[in-house]
Amino acid sequence: MRKKNDLEYLRLNKLQKFFYRIGFFITNIPKHLLTFFIFIGKFFVKIFKKIGNEFKFLGTTFVHGSWKTKISYFILGFGNISRGQVAKGLLFFLFEAVFIFYMITSGGYWLGKFQNLGDAAQVQVYNPTYDTYETVPGDNSFKILLYGLLTIVFIIAFIVTWRINVKQCYLCDQIEQSGKKVKTNKDDLKSLLDNNFHKTLLTLPILGVMAFTIIPIIFMILVAFTNMDATKDGYSNLFTWVGMDNFNELFSFRDSSGGNLSLAFGEILSWTLIWAIFATFTNYFLGMFVAIMINKKGIKFKKLWRGIFVLTIAIPQFVSLLYVSKLFAKNGLINGLLMDWGIIKEVIPFWTDPTLARVMVILINIWIGIPYLMLIATGILMNIPQDLYESAKIDGANVWQQYTRITLPYMLFVTGPYLLTSFIGNLNNFNVIYLLTGGEPTDPRLLTSGGSAGSTDLLITWLFKITTGATNNYKLAAVIAIMIFIVVAVISLIVYNIMPSNRNERDFS
Amino acid sequence: MSNKEIMPKQKHMGMKRKNAISNFFIYFILIVMVVVWLVPFVCILLESFRVEKTWQVGYVIPHEWGFGNYVKLFTETDFLKWYGNTLLIGASAAVLQTIVVLAVSYTLSRINFKGRKFLMNTCLVLGMFPGFVTLIVLYRVLSDIGLTGPNAVPGLILIGVAGSGMGYYISKGYFDTIPRSLDEAAKVDGATKFQIFYKVIMPLAKPIVIYTILTAFMGPWGDFMFAKYIANGSSAGMNVAVGLQYMISSPGNISKNYTMFCAGGVCVAIPITILFMCLQKYYVEGVTGGAVKG
Repeated sequence: MRKKNDLEYLRLNKLQKFFYRIGFFITNIPKHLLTFFIFIGKFFVKIFKKIGNEFKFLGTTFVHGSWKTKISYFILGFGNISRGQVAKGLLFFLFEAVFIFYMITSGGYWLGKFQNLGDAAQVQVYNPTYDTYETVPGDNSFKILLYGLLTIVFIIAFIVTWRINVKQCYLCDQIEQSGKKVKTNKDDLKSLLDNNFHKTLLTLPILGVMAFTIIPIIFMILVAFTNMDATKDGYSNLFTWVGMDNFNELFSFRDSSGGNLSLAFGEILSWTLIWAIFATFTNYFLGMFVAIMINKKGIKFKKLWRGIFVLTIAIPQFVSLLYVSKLFAKNGLINGLLMDWGIIKEVIPFWTDPTLARVMVILINIWIGIPYLMLIATGILMNIPQDLYESAKIDGANVWQQYTRITLPYMLFVTGPYLLTSFIGNLNNFNVIYLLTGGEPTDPRLLTSGGSAGSTDLLITWLFKITTGATNNYKLAAVIAIMIFIVVAVISLIVYNIMPSNRNERDFS
Repeated sequence: MSNKEIMPKQKHMGMKRKNAISNFFIYFILIVMVVVWLVPFVCILLESFRVEKTWQVGYVIPHEWGFGNYVKLFTETDFLKWYGNTLLIGASAAVLQTIVVLAVSYTLSRINFKGRKFLMNTCLVLGMFPGFVTLIVLYRVLSDIGLTGPNAVPGLILIGVAGSGMGYYISKGYFDTIPRSLDEAAKVDGATKFQIFYKVIMPLAKPIVIYTILTAFMGPWGDFMFAKYIANGSSAGMNVAVGLQYMISSPGNISKNYTMFCAGGVCVAIPITILFMCLQKYYVEGVTGGAVKG
């Protein structure tokens, strides 16, 4: 595709511009890929350079450093203690002591087992005195995987701390050489409220995210390369590394006795995408529409209308979702009333017909989502300068033209990032699907031994079923989680490229 | 009088009529929408007072009114326990999560330090990974230290607070809108960063503080996926969402508990709604100020 120059581009109408941008993006995919690989290459070069510099730094510091610094290479915190920063130095030293103690007592053990995640499962041993079988515990693959990972994290933490220690000694050396006084503990503590205030504020949150998000995520990524499931739970039956087997299974397109996993995955993925597109854009445009209606000059009781919609945000979603799902059930209120009034003879299969169920889910999501979108849109609409509309009116623009030329571009510009995040949120919208349909109705094609799904199941609810169902297919769950991550990352990348503006975050301040 | 003077007036009248018609349509649409949006909540309220049948029926207005469902809900089920659990989780979240979220969003918005962009990008990438699967390992760890099943409440609080640092977007958006010249003026006057935070910016950030408290408190009332997994079927560890869903999870349960479920829904919705209505102003300010600029 030929790149148009600015003048040609400006002549296109909105739709053409949009397709031009998409087409341009697609034709440029090879180029993007190339830049991506070059980026990765450069990234690695940079990393190697950094590591090289690091060694150089450590080496030269050791050679040229004072004797205090040299000792600090082996006894952490020595430099600090000898310069009067006793508390800080002791902390360093304590950390080193704990690290060495841990590595000797258990860290080495876990690391050694990490290679094949244990080699002896628990066994039943006959005990002749009581005439019973006793369980003798063996290795626990789950624990080995977890503690192995933690040990690796601990080692990295130690290296980082060691490096901080060296760096501090280096700085102290320099300060002493220039004849100034080294900072005291008190100064350091004070700086935590001033120059290092960000460290004070961020330490706990980052530790929390490390412990409860990052390490578990790494753990689950590792699980994707093992054969862990309900039978291979780690102690009665060990699990072990299997390389790419789980990914191969997901993409083999093989019909086994347990159904076709690839087909199920493809089916669920495409419905997830359709759902996310509809859920995001119906809410977006209808919410904006409602906001525009309420905002229109001459409409009275603006506060009342808004208030009623905002009220529905307050009611916890699970109440409304569960109630509405029962409302449309076979023997629910809607069917009952329609039968009573003689409008229908047979019940409408809202939740048992696959297509109808999918439409219903999207419609009810509109019901859930509009008030929120209306609220956001109202805020933005009020920010649009009114004189734009005045001058448009003088130029003879009708309502539709005002909408497409002023309101919509402004809205899209301001809410671009929001649209992306809400799209991603909808890809993983567990509550709406699970509480409304639970993924039902079941679809025979989606029944697999790895984990079954229904017509309205999204990847995330499928994941929930796989993990909580009878199969407890953890390995598959981990693989699917990685797939979800890839889908979301690719979409975000594309959208960022197509989006008219990658706004500067400081634009508004 | 020439025609020229009458023409604009006629045109004006035409526009007025057109305007009136479109306004009429708007009122019509709005009224229909309000009905659609409110009817389910009215229905749930009415059904919660129905005495004669506990299962789903094809009419709305009860034949026999009474508080039987509410009495049964509080005496025969663990509803009070679930309610207490949720209240406890909500209150702790309101305190602890708010502190974490404000600390993170303030730092990322207003302090320039090395690694700031890196942290934000990391959060973005981490957010793309479906957090639910990490529960598989978190569950095992929590159950090893005894924080699952009947003791799920502290476990849920712990998980919620630990991960809340990643939800900084909206309040960061709000902090971004406070003029930077304030910081600089305070700095010139010799204020430390802590003083700028505490004495200059925080007093201006009241709406976003209240917004964060409100959303943190309301979150656990709708939390389902995590809560269900951690409670693992133990009634004592459930929150209201899991408990009420459990009540109507099978056809047999529905026929026994349907009206009781409606009563439970009302009991949850009314206090939350009242609280929300009182603080609505701040919520709207937070959403419109933070969400779009974040």
